[in-house]
Amino acid sequence: MSETSKFFDELQASSGDARAPYKKYHEWFQGEDIARLRRKSAEAENFFRRTGITFNVYGQEEADERLIPFDIVPRIISGREWARLTKGIDQRVRAINAFLHDIYHRQEILRAGRVPVELIANNDAFLPQMIGVSPPGNVYTHIVGTDLVRTGEDQFYVLEDNARTPSGVSYMLENRETMLQMFPELFSRIPVCPVQDYPTRLSRSLAACAPPACSGRPVIAVLTPGIHNSAYFEHSFLADNMGAELVDGSDLRVVDGRIAMRTTEGFKAIDVIYRRVDDDFLDPLNFRPESMLGVPGILDVYRSGGITIANAPGTGIADDKAIYSYMPDIVEFYTGEKAILQNVPTWRCSDAESLAYVLDHLSELVVKEVHGSGGYGMLVGPAASKKELEAFRAKLEAKPANYIAQPTLALSTVPILTKAGLAPRHVDLRPFALVSPEGIDLTPGGLTRVALKQGSLVVNSSQGGGTKDTWVLEE
Amino acid sequence: MLGKSAGGLYWMYRYLERSENVSRLIEAGFRNALTRPASSADEWSSILDAAGARQTYLERYPAFEQPRVIDFLLRDKSNPSSVLSVIDSARNNARLVRTALSREVWEAMNDCWMQVKTALSRQVSDRDLPAVLSMIRQQNAQVRGATHGTMLRNDVFNFARLGTFLERADSTARILDVKYYVLLPSISHIGSVLDNVQWENILRAVGGHSSYRWLNGPDVTARGIAEFLILDSRMPRSLAFCAAKVNANLSYLEREYDTRHACHEQVEALLGRLATTTINDIFDGGLHEFILNFLGDSARLGATIETDYRFYG
Repeated sequence: MSETSKFFDELQASSGDARAPYKKYHEWFQGEDIARLRRKSAEAENFFRRTGITFNVYGQEEADERLIPFDIVPRIISGREWARLTKGIDQRVRAINAFLHDIYHRQEILRAGRVPVELIANNDAFLPQMIGVSPPGNVYTHIVGTDLVRTGEDQFYVLEDNARTPSGVSYMLENRETMLQMFPELFSRIPVCPVQDYPTRLSRSLAACAPPACSGRPVIAVLTPGIHNSAYFEHSFLADNMGAELVDGSDLRVVDGRIAMRTTEGFKAIDVIYRRVDDDFLDPLNFRPESMLGVPGILDVYRSGGITIANAPGTGIADDKAIYSYMPDIVEFYTGEKAILQNVPTWRCSDAESLAYVLDHLSELVVKEVHGSGGYGMLVGPAASKKELEAFRAKLEAKPANYIAQPTLALSTVPILTKAGLAPRHVDLRPFALVSPEGIDLTPGGLTRVALKQGSLVVNSSQGGGTKDTWVLEE
Repeated sequence: MLGKSAGGLYWMYRYLERSENVSRLIEAGFRNALTRPASSADEWSSILDAAGARQTYLERYPAFEQPRVIDFLLRDKSNPSSVLSVIDSARNNARLVRTALSREVWEAMNDCWMQVKTALSRQVSDRDLPAVLSMIRQQNAQVRGATHGTMLRNDVFNFARLGTFLERADSTARILDVKYYVLLPSISHIGSVLDNVQWENILRAVGGHSSYRWLNGPDVTARGIAEFLILDSRMPRSLAFCAAKVNANLSYLEREYDTRHACHEQVEALLGRLATTTINDIFDGGLHEFILNFLGDSARLGATIETDYRFYG
């Protein structure tokens, strides 16, 4: 099957046998005909295109809507492995919410000297408008998508915390739907935890965070930047599956101290708004005045308890890449426990010594923009050409504080189906955690992103990555 | 529901209906060109008129040459009424209101868009034209079928239907407007049998040539056609039929929301006028004036609906 390599393969143990979680799948696979599976794969693509599960790529007018490639080999996680991840994510998400509350109130962690003051004060992701504001139920991050990578049997690292508006959950659901349609026999053989109730759980979790002004059953709406946004499909998918309205800025205005949407019968108040619009664009009166995507005055309504905004404004300070390196301290500070999930060692290039090290070892490191996302503006040292390295060196020297660097991790592989059969490719994992006053609810599964190019470590869909269905086994 | 969603549904179905109507107009013109090549340029000119695209066409081309006109009506993106443009607009509106559509309707609409886009990715030859036009109507029928079979009969459905019937009434009225001179007494005296090809073109453009004969027998008169297309409530593209549907959809909304708006007064007045008018009244008062009045009424009704149900703000 896969050639032996220095990377941890999740399907094939070094002995050559399938690892335990993959045993039943592997048995089934060996009885299958590659040509039939390839046909199934083409069917899946057709299914995605017909249902319009597409994303828009910025800067590509021609191919306005594209499919994210889907690979039919599932990524399988044992119940035991999942239990550990659950504990780790739960701990981390609790710490993040405690950190956010602290940072916008007493700032104990700064006083204790565990996080440097200037990292907060000079950070664009810190919103002074949120100082002293307590969101309903004290929940800041209603939805968190924790990016995990694996390097060995028991080595999981958190790569990013995604505490603003994590996307991708619709792919978790549609990938499962596709697999259920294509391979029903697998699901009768293998006990896979269901994920399909995520929208119900999300709706329940958001409703539990209704603001003081809410009377009766909370009215929930999804706020999208609009039809041209890259994740518009997901916004409409989630609204549809929650039975919530999908609104954009032009549907909303402030009426009698509430946020109201324009319906065919007049304006109707919204209690919880699941916004997929960045902080900057949320309120032209309080942030970017030119924004057409938000609602003028929503922040004032928010501060007076008229609406719940999920996730709360200002949560970006918790998943900022410069803050990331302090996460082990943050977890310990607020939970009193050692972090269960490891952080990737990180050099902050703002620090002169670190910068010198990074410049010396550029070809071995992954360098990221502190405020970047989606794999844009990122350097993967080992994969970069001499020319690319030199160009990046110049950027680093010009604005060192804009960057962090990490060692190139030996990401685990899971096979994908190619013409020649199975071939290992690097993967990451984004599970989705829901936070409400009732607790933290982690759906067993997530979005597995896979780099489709042999040897590539970049899994972002905007950079040619694909996705897989993620199975957590019931045990 | 959101005002924007009501507007999105209304326009999605208006555009969808328009794609079908434009494809019927092209079919009528194409058939005329095959059977009566001498009158072809005139016929294409009036078809462009009926499609509301004559002005835009003349800004680009000096003469009514068949391949150009067909291409302009089918796939020119600079023509907002081309089949390709309106299918694109219908699908964009469907994306906008996706949460209001059943999965089947969305998939049918998306499929329609993909098929039409593929078929119209290059100029369509005369040889392929009949098959392409028929495919466009079949795809339309799929969306309509899914709409009927899977959508709740609530406000969503009624806004969709409002778009369908206002567009259809408009289209039939415009065809009559462009062709009214054929039906004038000076050309065809009352009771006299019309020129075979002329009437056939009108009926074909609304897909009614065989149903007309079925209802009225082989003799075709100006009054007969005008009555069929304006007042016959059995004919699903007649003005009376469409107005009755629009009235039914608006009545549903009145009951559902328990609110009466200006649009309800307007549609009832329009329906009342159609019910008490005979075909003789129409010819006495002038066919052209009647149609112009109807087009004005229907445009005003559309605008009132947009305001009453807060489509835009």
